[in-house]
Amino acid sequence: MPQSRFPARPFGSASPALDAASSPSPPVSPPQPASAAALASPSEDNVLARAQAGDHQAFAQLYSLHKRRIYSLCLRMVGNVAEAEDLTQEAFLQLHRKIATFRGDSAFSTWLHRLAINVVLMQLRRKGLSLISLDEAMEPAVEERPGRSFGAPDPSLSGAIDRLALQRAIDGLPAGYRLIFVLHDIEGYEHNEIAAMLECSIGNSKSQLHKARLKLREALRMHPQEEGQR
Amino acid sequence: MSENANQLSCEAFQAQLPDLIGSGVNLANHPHLRDCELCRALLADLETIAQAARQLFPIVEPPDELWEQIESKIRNEEAPRLPTNGA
Repeated sequence: MPQSRFPARPFGSASPALDAASSPSPPVSPPQPASAAALASPSEDNVLARAQAGDHQAFAQLYSLHKRRIYSLCLRMVGNVAEAEDLTQEAFLQLHRKIATFRGDSAFSTWLHRLAINVVLMQLRRKGLSLISLDEAMEPAVEERPGRSFGAPDPSLSGAIDRLALQRAIDGLPAGYRLIFVLHDIEGYEHNEIAAMLECSIGNSKSQLHKARLKLREALRMHPQEEGQR
Repeated sequence: MSENANQLSCEAFQAQLPDLIGSGVNLANHPHLRDCELCRALLADLETIAQAARQLFPIVEPPDELWEQIESKIRNEEAPRLPTNGA
């Protein structure tokens, strides 16, 4: 029986460890080499071990290896270049502070990815995106409810989505919507993981993702093409 | 159950959609969808959006200056705490 075509885990990787970078940092102890199986490659294994031992050059190499993915993640989550740069900087500063605590229980890239997400979430919370405001942001106005389309002519997207239009639609989502959408549909986190990260219920995560997709659909139906409007 | 599902209004079906989609079950044979073109189109659109989004975001290079800023802050954090009463 064919399964839903909704994405399960886009990166095709193991579930990002929920407790990897979010758990309280234990006291810094002498660095121990992470298990090779949890690392991307022998060369990164070596670089990581040196960075854990305090080698600045090695840390710079780690930055070079991971800067694109972390910056892109931040950019997707906040949709703002200046904020993404600040958050990337903060993520690598936190990495520098915590790198000695990495034990190799998950892949280093997974651990760093989760650390960066936590940095973004902390920043969003500082800016007032608490769970309460997240819920409020997710509660659509009456005219935005899905029921709006009941019985009315409801042209579908006809299967083709303009990339730029979708990008703009995602950028235009309220922060709470975008957060859930990016975490689930793009980063590949499961609802139980998102619920743990955002300290909300699994049902809430599902509901908010659904509303985010509905909002994107509305935006795409109103502005199906963005080419030439730059 | 299928009789109830058959008789679902679009509103009731769409209210269940977040849970149905989130559970990962195959919705193709859902009784309501068999008879409702509107909700079939909605579901197809949502799947299309989710799939398109996965391929949307390119990996972006941060500006070169970012490393200089990070490096500078690391050096500040690591600098030995000098006594401030030396003046």
